[in-house]
Amino acid sequence: MGSTKVKVDHVSAYYGKNRAISDVSVEFEDRKVSAIIGPSGCGKSTLIRCLNRMHETLPRTRIEGRILLDGEDILELDPVHVRRRIGMVFQKPNPFVTMSIYDNVSVALRFNGRHSRDEIDRAVVRSLQQAALWEEVKDRVDAPALSLSGGQQQRLCIARALAAEPEVLLMDEPCSALDPIATTKIESLVNELKNTYTVIIVTHNMQQAARVADNTAFLYLGKLIEVGPTEDLFERPKERLTEQYITGRFG
Amino acid sequence: MTVLAGLCALVALIPLASVVFQAATLGGPVLSISFLTQNPPLPCTPQPGIPCATGGVGSAIQGTLILVGLATAISVPVGLGAAIYAVEFRSRFLGLAISFTADVLTGVPSIIAGVFIYAYFVIYDPSIVFSTITGALALSVIMIPIVTRTCEEALRTVPHAVREAALALGISRWRTTLQIVVTTALPAIVTGILLSVMRASGEAAPLLFTAFGSRLGFQGFNNPINALPLLIYNFAESPYHNWIDLAWGAALILIILILITSVISRLVVQRMVHRMQGG
Repeated sequence: MGSTKVKVDHVSAYYGKNRAISDVSVEFEDRKVSAIIGPSGCGKSTLIRCLNRMHETLPRTRIEGRILLDGEDILELDPVHVRRRIGMVFQKPNPFVTMSIYDNVSVALRFNGRHSRDEIDRAVVRSLQQAALWEEVKDRVDAPALSLSGGQQQRLCIARALAAEPEVLLMDEPCSALDPIATTKIESLVNELKNTYTVIIVTHNMQQAARVADNTAFLYLGKLIEVGPTEDLFERPKERLTEQYITGRFG
Repeated sequence: MTVLAGLCALVALIPLASVVFQAATLGGPVLSISFLTQNPPLPCTPQPGIPCATGGVGSAIQGTLILVGLATAISVPVGLGAAIYAVEFRSRFLGLAISFTADVLTGVPSIIAGVFIYAYFVIYDPSIVFSTITGALALSVIMIPIVTRTCEEALRTVPHAVREAALALGISRWRTTLQIVVTTALPAIVTGILLSVMRASGEAAPLLFTAFGSRLGFQGFNNPINALPLLIYNFAESPYHNWIDLAWGAALILIILILITSVISRLVVQRMVHRMQGG
């Protein structure tokens, strides 16, 4: 085991009176890819949305427990600052439609704090390179974001999140709206990203978890059933529910 | 069925076409550069050997631009602010109250807006009852609910994903709202604002006992001011030939102004949408 970057400590999350996550405790390792798998509605998206406090942007929601980032409880911090340290990529590509490719990537730097034109330029190039999009857009960074294909838009969203220089990158089913080729690109990208970032990826696709993740957590009906190194979880599951799920008997 | 629908379409077009035709045939001949720049003359009925001064509607055009400009400057911040509050900050009760009030106010006859401002200033500051200030305020009473309603609708069309994307980047709530959500909805917001501008520039009723009208050009914010609809209202029913001619010319100018606003709004919106999609 490497060092723990994010520690979820007895967390429950609610929508109104409905409890979507029940008493989940799990640790995510630094500079590793961790996958969260489970059937639809098991609370996996809710769980990662707690990690950057996006859960509470919806009306009548509530979180209980502690979420430690490097030992500091993020539920006690200003959510705006938490989100600058923990970036997020969503299910559907959601670039800002009014902005160019350049403006999309640089938006966090331009809006949060002072950065020189030079710093921003370098950050844009670096982030687009990290997101493996630079080669495709280097001649047209001023083109509208909507002129990109779906897969490119998703990589643009990854670049946009990376430009803010987060420590942790959350990915909520980042490939569910993409075709197989775009999916392959994103997956190899995730492999690269773990050298620099702690990546936590939610997926309903078990093959994807097996391909990209070092560790995998299995969630069912809002409870954490099992967590461990991906290989162990898929080949030697300890829990019967995990075994039934990965062999496709439900889900 | 098709024939019947076609006939109905024709019947619906008749009033519009005849209004434009009438204004163009009676107003067209009086149009000239001096018509646009000079102020209205004294009333006069032509007699043999004594020609009447023709003059122009310069003061009315100037007044309409000033009044509508001021009213826009008042109603855009208020209306957009109210819409942002109602949509972005999800305060259920106040949000509903804002929508409901805006709906009711949109339906209130425009003369009520004039009476309201008139009565308020008669009580609190009678010295400026008839002035540019009260005229602009009366027009903004007409404009605010329209701007509020259209901006609300515009903000609601921005997908939640856009707000989430911005918030997740650690962009503050205010910046997300003003610099991301409002810019995304800008084409629809601009359309709404121009809609209210067009409506306000054609209103005479709210100005009758506020801006009051004047033959002269702008005399300061505390003094009465002219406007195209006011001039039409005052001159069209006068017995003086030169005034009646001016009223027709003013009617044509008003139609042209509104047409230009409408065309500009379409072009602006098209360009914005075009730029976003990079066609």
